[in-house]
Amino acid sequence: MSNMEKEPMFSMKNIKTLTGPLNKNNPITVQVLGICSALAVTVKLKPAIVMALSVTIVVAVSNLVIAAMRKYIPDRIRIIVQLVVIATLVILVDQFLKAYVFDVSKQLSVFVGLIITNCIIMGRLEAFAMANKPWPSFIDGLGNGGGYGIILIVVAFIRELLGSGTIYGYPVIEKLGIYKTGYENNGMVILPPMALILIGLIIWFQRSRNKELIEK
Amino acid sequence: MKQFSNRYIFIFSTVMVVAVASLLSLAATLFKPAQEKNLEIEKKRSMLESIGVSATRNDTEELYDKYITESFVLNYKGDPVEGVDAFTVVLRNEQKKKIEEQDLPVFRAFPDDGEKVLILPVEGKGLWGPIYGYVSLRSDLNTIYGVNFDHKGETPGLGAEINTTRFESMFKGKKLFENGKFVSIKVHKGGADPNDIHGVDAISGGTITSRGLEKMLFDCLSKYNDYFNKTRI
Repeated sequence: MSNMEKEPMFSMKNIKTLTGPLNKNNPITVQVLGICSALAVTVKLKPAIVMALSVTIVVAVSNLVIAAMRKYIPDRIRIIVQLVVIATLVILVDQFLKAYVFDVSKQLSVFVGLIITNCIIMGRLEAFAMANKPWPSFIDGLGNGGGYGIILIVVAFIRELLGSGTIYGYPVIEKLGIYKTGYENNGMVILPPMALILIGLIIWFQRSRNKELIEK
Repeated sequence: MKQFSNRYIFIFSTVMVVAVASLLSLAATLFKPAQEKNLEIEKKRSMLESIGVSATRNDTEELYDKYITESFVLNYKGDPVEGVDAFTVVLRNEQKKKIEEQDLPVFRAFPDDGEKVLILPVEGKGLWGPIYGYVSLRSDLNTIYGVNFDHKGETPGLGAEINTTRFESMFKGKKLFENGKFVSIKVHKGGADPNDIHGVDAISGGTITSRGLEKMLFDCLSKYNDYFNKTRI
């Protein structure tokens, strides 16, 4: 530790760790992880935002904890240790939501518990936190949680607008008087398959803009 | 990577488990009062919604005290049961008992339009899990004043539609009795005749939830039959 050079908190490398997952290394659209919850909680914006925040907190803090004790974790039981850390944090988040954001926790129902099995978190712990210092790991967690959250929020925005005619519960379409022209909400956007199609479109859009991502 | 001895691994896991367990039990204890308060507010809010009063989380308590002023518990013969608080009766637990031992809660509300309303809790099974709610009756103990339904995990857009205003508003004004006989409310697939005073439209795509709802209404409300017959005269 002592012979290592002191790195500034926001060095180029750390900033890259933070911004990479938002675009070029996005956990959902590039690594195709965490799709399950992206389909399930994106019918309305509010649960999507809460889910994005919850996952970000869990992945960042569990990265931090695992990175801090990475030298003491016996290699043979590291997956169990990672799971215990994740599960503990998820239960804490779940209990917190139940106590203070009850309505949202009702909407998210089982999906908060299922954060435990979100592949992004396990993937980051195993790939990053086990081999890096706490601070960069924490940043990596924020970046990946953010990358996941952005996609969730974009998908939820489109689905809520087209499916229910509202944005964050505010009846935009009704206020604009579009219903009078004969427009109707599209019930299909609310069903899970449409979320998959939307994510597919986002992946298509991202790859067409970013040539590096196109597989040869 | 350093090799760890078995002893180290055992000690490590034990310490980790004990630490995590104490952290979680601490958190559970800290959050419990807030969580129980939430459930209580939720219950009061559902009851208020069944009499057409929409409450937010903040004014629920106040509105509940204003409108829902009385509550009592009956047995299946319609006689009052002493010493039980209607609000604390858990319907799911009651339904596991024999009919003779069940406590049937009743709440009495006085909405702004001067009507005297009885609010009765109902609970049954949907497709994926429990569905529950409150049915409020006008003072003739026959006409439905309003309903509020909710569910644990019905499919969004399909069975979950039972808690939308569009579905719930169809129940208003429907009648439970036909010539003095209890017939409950039927949920008709493909749409009910608008003149049918005992029927509402089922939810398209939510057939099993709709049927569960119909059964829930019949099962739960028929238990009050003796009370209805006694009180109406």
